[in-house]
Amino acid sequence: MSTRRLVLTRSAAVIGAASTGLLLPEIARAQSNKVRVGFMLPYTGTFAQLGINIENGFRMAIDEKGGKLGGREIEWFKVDDEAEPSKGIENATKLVQRDKVDVVIGTVHSGVQMGLHKIARDTGVLNINPNAGVHAATRALCAPNVFRTSFSNSQPTRALGAAMVAKGHKKAVWITWKYAAGDEAFEGFKEGYLAAGGTIVKELGLPFPNVEFQALLTEIASLNPDAVACFFAGGGAAKFMRDYAAAGLKGKIPLYGSGFLTEGVIDAAGGAAEGVYTTLHYSDSLDTPKNNAFRNSFATKFKAMPDVYAVQGYDAGQLLMLGANAVKGDLSNKKALYAAMEGVTIDSPRGKWKMSPSHNPIQDIYLRQVVGKENKVISVAAKQLADSGAGCKMA
Amino acid sequence: MDFPTFLIQLLNSVQYGLLLFMLAAGLTLIFGIMGVVNLAHGSFYMLGAYLAWSIGAATGSLTVAIFIGVALSVLFGLALEWLLFRHFYHRDHLDQVLLTFGLIYIFEEMRSILWGDDVHGVPVPELLGASIQLTHNLSYPVYRLFMSGVCIVLALGLYWLISKTRLGMKIRAGAFNRDMTEALGINIKLIHAIVFALGVALAAVAGMIAAPVSSVYPNMGSQVLIMCFVVVVIGGIGSVRGALISALLVGLVDTFGKVLLPSVSGMLIYILMAAVLLWKPEGLFKQ
Repeated sequence: MSTRRLVLTRSAAVIGAASTGLLLPEIARAQSNKVRVGFMLPYTGTFAQLGINIENGFRMAIDEKGGKLGGREIEWFKVDDEAEPSKGIENATKLVQRDKVDVVIGTVHSGVQMGLHKIARDTGVLNINPNAGVHAATRALCAPNVFRTSFSNSQPTRALGAAMVAKGHKKAVWITWKYAAGDEAFEGFKEGYLAAGGTIVKELGLPFPNVEFQALLTEIASLNPDAVACFFAGGGAAKFMRDYAAAGLKGKIPLYGSGFLTEGVIDAAGGAAEGVYTTLHYSDSLDTPKNNAFRNSFATKFKAMPDVYAVQGYDAGQLLMLGANAVKGDLSNKKALYAAMEGVTIDSPRGKWKMSPSHNPIQDIYLRQVVGKENKVISVAAKQLADSGAGCKMA
Repeated sequence: MDFPTFLIQLLNSVQYGLLLFMLAAGLTLIFGIMGVVNLAHGSFYMLGAYLAWSIGAATGSLTVAIFIGVALSVLFGLALEWLLFRHFYHRDHLDQVLLTFGLIYIFEEMRSILWGDDVHGVPVPELLGASIQLTHNLSYPVYRLFMSGVCIVLALGLYWLISKTRLGMKIRAGAFNRDMTEALGINIKLIHAIVFALGVALAAVAGMIAAPVSSVYPNMGSQVLIMCFVVVVIGGIGSVRGALISALLVGLVDTFGKVLLPSVSGMLIYILMAAVLLWKPEGLFKQ
């Protein structure tokens, strides 16, 4: 073999080896020294603001404690999931297979979550869910490597019933969008309201995201219940409250709802939101030292006011931080890591909470009333409420 | 359901139907005259709503916002026709679908850059802010009756424009036989530009008028688009009269369906559409 050919073959071998990573010990070690954290959140579309607030909250939690996880530097990765369920699996795969992340932080939309959930279960990658409340993720399909720092869809409405009955509203009409989140919110309401001794006169619904409420409002007026309870969110929530007031029902039949009814839409609803009672695990106006400190530093840092989504992101950051510190940054020691994450108490702006056995927060649910453009905390509607976790069997 | 409730629900259906008509009229007009399938129609509705909100907030008056908004949306329609749509009249429907589907994304992104992703409310003008007491606990907002009034005026105006004026005659002639109309010395390109701008303005007006009751939010256009197509398909594609009848029919079925058959209410209008298409595959009023 001539020298030239030998050089060629050897170079080819070297290149081949390099591309498979055999010859890059320094770089490889440098990479493994950093914890790879991937955000899978909506950065465009209707939920863009939620994604941004979650990421900001998450980074803030890490930065407050020196910007490291168990002493290791962090390398960040990001995928815009567009809140598009049909791309959920593909986007989760990008982070897990291509970017080889150690942990996926995501996501907002329950449909997308189910795609991410499948990848988390298949690959065993750690997933911290900062919002999507879909029941299956912490019930029948729960997994040791999947943690949620927000709520289950039935948790906020589970606390509604007792508060309503306490105010003497024993006959209620329920109204929501007929889709998974609406049905799961109803499950919580029904359980809580019946247990408190209330009667559900009628269950009304319309397809998601239809916002033509007029016919159903007429029906509510003719049924004339003690109160109305509902689950709506975003633009549809603002419209529902406006229509409710315009139909003259406001002030005659009190309106209650899951807290998402009044999150971020009080201005859009105009005066129509005033006086509406809701239950949620957080309120912007929660007057505790922890929440005030959180709100101040978030506002200084990001030039925007935080919301419940920022809190959920912040707690996801705290959870990962506490877990990583407990295993000194060795995220591959999964058993110890998960045990630590299951055992921590999170000192959240919403109040202290712990993980339930199915990895969903056991938390206080607040009764809030809209008073002058803010969700004023009236009382704790349910103390340390846990999701049932029905059907959860940790492998 | 007692009789007064029945009457109120009937009023609800007519009111909803008229709003649907105003939304669908522009869509069916553009298809009927130029043969363009316009999926971006819902975006014009959204544009109108956002214009009403932003100009209304700047000037403090919804009426001023509507006048400026109409002028802007007509200009927008003319520009869009000149830039894009006139090159697609002779193309395949699939090309048009591709173009207008892409436009939806562009308009949504532009909306996000210009106006952000927040939900906004538009105040009802004070003059129309009152409600009429109907039963002991239900009242009807005057603004909803006003909306219906505007829709009726627009429906009559459209009828007058198309069947009673010289411009309308040219429009009908152009839709019937484009080449012959052109040979007679009528500027068909101008006619098309006018009709397109009219279609855009109709959707934008619907968005502006509906803004105080619907509030203003991202993706609001895609929600109404499907209803628009249902109305247009049932009515017969391209027929303005068909759109009116079908909008009222859809309003009726949707309203009473929600109350009487809540479990299948989401499907009812599609069942109606399927039934009409089985009976009359071209829709109720074929052009």
